[in-house]
Amino acid sequence: MGGVKQFLSHFFVTGPFEIGGDVSIGLVSLAILFVLTRYKLWGWLWRNWLTSVDHKKIGIMYMLAALLMLFRGGVDALMIRTQLALPNSQFLGAEHYDQIFTTHGTIMILFMAMPFIFAMMNIVVPLQLGARDVAFPYLNAISFWLFFFGAMLLNISFVIGGSPDAGWVNYPPLAELQFSPGPGDNFYLLSILISGIGSVATGINFLVTILKMRAPGMSLMKMPMFSWAVFATCIDIIFAFPALTIALGLEFADRILGAHFFTLNGGGNPMMYVNLFWMWGHPEVYIVILPAFGIYSEVVATFSRKRLFGYTAMVTSLLLIAIASYFVWLHHFFTMGAGADVNTFFAIASMFIAIPTGVKIFNWLFTMFRGRIRMTIPMMWVIAFIPNFVIGGSTGVMLAAAPADYQYHNSYFLVAHFHQVLIGGVVYGMLAGMYYWWPKMFGFILEERFAKWGFWLFNIGFYVCFMPQYPLGLMGMTRRMYTYPAGLGWSSLNMISTVGAFVMGIGFIFIVLNIVSSIRHPVKDTTGDPWDARTLEWSLPSPAPHYNFARIPVIDSRDQWWEMKQKGMTKPDDSTPLAPIHMPKNSGKPFIMGVLFFIAGFGFVFNWYVLAGLGLLGVVITLFARSFDYDTDYYIPVDEVKHSEAAFGRS
Amino acid sequence: MAVDVDHSVVKSADHGTMLEYSTEDGALKILGFWFFLAQDMILFACLFATYLILHNRTAGGPSAMQLFDVPGFAAETFILLTSSFTYGIATFQMRNNRLKSMLIWMGITVLLGLSFVSLELKEFITYVLQGATISRSAFLSAFFTLVGTHGLHVTLGIFWMISVMIQLVKRGLTPVTARKAFIVGLYWHFLDVIWVFIFTVVYLTGVMK
Amino acid sequence: MGGAAILLLTGCSPQQFTVLNPVGPVGRSELQLIILSTILVLVVIVPVIALLAYIVVRYRDKPGNTAPYQPQWSESKKLEFVWWSIPIIIVAILGTVTAEKTFALTRPPEPTNNPMVVQVQSLDWKWLFQYPGQKVATLNYLEIPTGQPIEFILTSNAPMNSFWVPQLGGMEYTMPGTQMRLWLQADQAGTYQGRGANFTGRGFAHMTFNVVATSQDKFNQWVQKVKATGTPLTEAGYQALVKPSLAGVISYSSYPMGLFENVVTKDGGGMGNMGK
Ligand code: HEM
Ligand SMILES: [Cu+2]
Repeated sequence: MGGVKQFLSHFFVTGPFEIGGDVSIGLVSLAILFVLTRYKLWGWLWRNWLTSVDHKKIGIMYMLAALLMLFRGGVDALMIRTQLALPNSQFLGAEHYDQIFTTHGTIMILFMAMPFIFAMMNIVVPLQLGARDVAFPYLNAISFWLFFFGAMLLNISFVIGGSPDAGWVNYPPLAELQFSPGPGDNFYLLSILISGIGSVATGINFLVTILKMRAPGMSLMKMPMFSWAVFATCIDIIFAFPALTIALGLEFADRILGAHFFTLNGGGNPMMYVNLFWMWGHPEVYIVILPAFGIYSEVVATFSRKRLFGYTAMVTSLLLIAIASYFVWLHHFFTMGAGADVNTFFAIASMFIAIPTGVKIFNWLFTMFRGRIRMTIPMMWVIAFIPNFVIGGSTGVMLAAAPADYQYHNSYFLVAHFHQVLIGGVVYGMLAGMYYWWPKMFGFILEERFAKWGFWLFNIGFYVCFMPQYPLGLMGMTRRMYTYPAGLGWSSLNMISTVGAFVMGIGFIFIVLNIVSSIRHPVKDTTGDPWDARTLEWSLPSPAPHYNFARIPVIDSRDQWWEMKQKGMTKPDDSTPLAPIHMPKNSGKPFIMGVLFFIAGFGFVFNWYVLAGLGLLGVVITLFARSFDYDTDYYIPVDEVKHSEAAFGRS
Repeated sequence: MAVDVDHSVVKSADHGTMLEYSTEDGALKILGFWFFLAQDMILFACLFATYLILHNRTAGGPSAMQLFDVPGFAAETFILLTSSFTYGIATFQMRNNRLKSMLIWMGITVLLGLSFVSLELKEFITYVLQGATISRSAFLSAFFTLVGTHGLHVTLGIFWMISVMIQLVKRGLTPVTARKAFIVGLYWHFLDVIWVFIFTVVYLTGVMK
Repeated sequence: MGGAAILLLTGCSPQQFTVLNPVGPVGRSELQLIILSTILVLVVIVPVIALLAYIVVRYRDKPGNTAPYQPQWSESKKLEFVWWSIPIIIVAILGTVTAEKTFALTRPPEPTNNPMVVQVQSLDWKWLFQYPGQKVATLNYLEIPTGQPIEFILTSNAPMNSFWVPQLGGMEYTMPGTQMRLWLQADQAGTYQGRGANFTGRGFAHMTFNVVATSQDKFNQWVQKVKATGTPLTEAGYQALVKPSLAGVISYSSYPMGLFENVVTKDGGGMGNMGK
């Protein structure tokens, strides 16, 4: 009896914050269960969403998950800032503080930024290319469910078993069993390993889609810039993620099998982990920024009513960045004793990345130059991004000057740098994309009043929060300290930063309000082209029919839809006869596979190997079951296509 | 109303007359699999790098020289290389539309794969019984992980190949089954290439010093 | 100007910007690079933001805007040449200086034959300093003579940390099984803040230490005093220090022979890698 009690008290973490977590998770789950049951939505949920292999729906699910994770990571951030607002603060102890900054970083990079870029890729790429889906729709669903259940695994750690607390980089030996006993760190490793499989699959999926499924006539140099950006990102995903898998896999072997890859004893070498981690970690920051670059390129051209400036240079710089990002990883540990020659090489390689990045900024500016700028919400996020990224990129260059980095490394100067590029670059980009493509996803436009409040609060809050962190770094404040004494001159800047963080939090609430109020009073997009935009997705009705294109278009220019409109067309050419459309069938297996991975992961976290083994066995069985399944696709007959096109006023 | 797809409909072949490339879906999947192999290659490259960094860190435990047994790993190598060759013959038979002999050669490949895996298991067990376990030293951690990851790949490949054989028996040679057999083959040859690296980097250099 | 505004608003004094107030040649050399790189990036930041503001105001889509509108204009070799060149020039300048300084900082800041050595170990969660020349040791504070290069040899017998005294110069990691070298020098007597810069768990925030820089004479006196009044650090005492805990300031009159070297090599670590 006592044993059970002891087990339960370890299993369910108890404490005021955890109980708060328990209660909110419990209430939200109950509310969801209630709504689903009350309105008899279970079947609808299963048939239309959980089993869907439609890229548009998968994209929407990614986006909702990303927004949810942005909220969770944001709450973490506010707790961190509350703790740091005053010197010697007692709000969170070291234990909680360490857990919270670890989950904050992990969630924001892997479970917020990644799904957000996957959301945009899914929603837009096939429509931009004139394709009916991605190359492997079923695999796409697997990717999503692996991400989703990976994210869930990390999220439950707060209330079950305990969160990881060794930082989002999870450096050994700190993250090894000797210094981090207990299941916390396993949650980190398994959640990322599981979702990582999905990420690699997505990289492969979209690379093949882009290479093979472009509409006839769309040569690579006629491809819209967002798709180019996704192409560059996919290359980075495919060649960078294996390094993460190995880094975390080996650390996991240390923890589970008693191996000695990175341990303090037995001949382990923690430096090896650091190298592997950043061989993924640096490309990763470009994996998340490049799609954002693509979004800026689309939005800026549309709302300047002008062609994107310097298309060739834009493509060249994307590819240069994607490739160069493999040769700079060491700049994350200039101070780990590499020789002067090595440090110099990596310093100059890192600065080199600023060149193509700078070129892109100028090209965006000159897209607006001699254009006609419409201040819509997506465009506001783009314009706000530019100063942010110019400053953030510049501090990146400052950090790349190795001897200067000896003074900045692990200080708040570094913290300010990467938040400026990640928030000002990635998050702004994703929000721009969300506002821009929202009508294409849902058939209505997001209203502007709350959106503007959200925009201004978030933006002002950003500068108030993060600008003080540069000087804090120069005052010697290091990252990841849960408390600091008074009298170092840090107190007022920290207080200002915390105020800024809360202003950003209010901004986020306005963005949510904005979405809610637009759902309640939707402004319908009846034309399918509410922004008078340029690329193919806007030639379709909003939301696009599940087969996307009734007829696959033939492409002859970069801004295909814009050029068609210039010729006086208001809808795609419908003179050719319709043909039956080949489509993939929905399947429950990806979801089930996600659940099974979750079970296996959960088993490994607690060293319950029987459970883990059963989960993995289930995964293998699902794989083989799929292989034997030949009933995977179908044709939509012409009549049905005609019928649904007619509903959009087309033929 | 949805209409089910008849997979025997073969669209015009743009990749010569190869059955596996004859549908758009088949061509896409083969290309996708090449990218999968590319990422798997990086995965192994990371494991090799780790092994190279750690192979001298024996922490007082046995070294490669003391452990490796030349006839043992030579036999493993010979068997695996042969199995790649036999799968090559199976592919050749597939091209010539000879299902039966294709299945026979696939069966031989599976048997060779099984003997490779059992030899490797035997090797591992011998080491473990000598106290050379994965937790003995960084060198052994790296060794077991690198070679074991390859071994797991081979094991999965065996099951996969059997499942494709069953499908071939049930459905005959269609664009879909041909594509599946072709992809398993790519996978199998890839594992062979990785083994050649393991053979040189791990075993040969291990016993030569 | 921005800096002045921050000072006024927040009541921080300029001395509290430790990185900007170096007291030795290493920190000064790094500060030069910080200043140079700041100027170089401002050369881009300011015009770009100004240009953005101009463009957004001038090319707004509003009725009666007479600014030129060229929707098809999307290439200009001349302009593109300009903006490929700007970052290239900046990177070339900054890269050259960076290379020079990176190499320079691996050498002692002033020529020296027989430098003073301090062996540094990061433990959970304390700093142990050994003075092999003086045969004394200290916990959580560091005493150095001014006006001469000090060679710090760093390792860790705990998760890796980073040894940082901003006013003397940049940091270097302490890593288990490895020893690293860092040259620092104080030209002015005074007490400077030092801290661990890489997260090592619960007690990390408390891993601070003071660096007391004094004249050579005073330093010698201090050594004598420690020898006379300190307690010896025994092997058992060291093992107690290795256990995770917080500790105050302690002076040790002696320490076990080969303590530092054993920590580095105990698990097959190399004495060879001295890094920068
Ligand atoms: C102009 C291009 C850039 C350069 C030259 C650059 C340079 C650097 C350098 C040298 C560091 C390491 C500093 C240190 O640890 O001491 C760093 C850290 C970082 N950068 Fe950048 N950066 C650039 C752009 C970006 C972008 C676009 C992103 C993300 C979207 C980004 C995200 C990060 C992150 C997340 C870290 C810190 C990771 C950590 O330690 O937790 N950077 N950057
Ligand atoms: Cu980086």
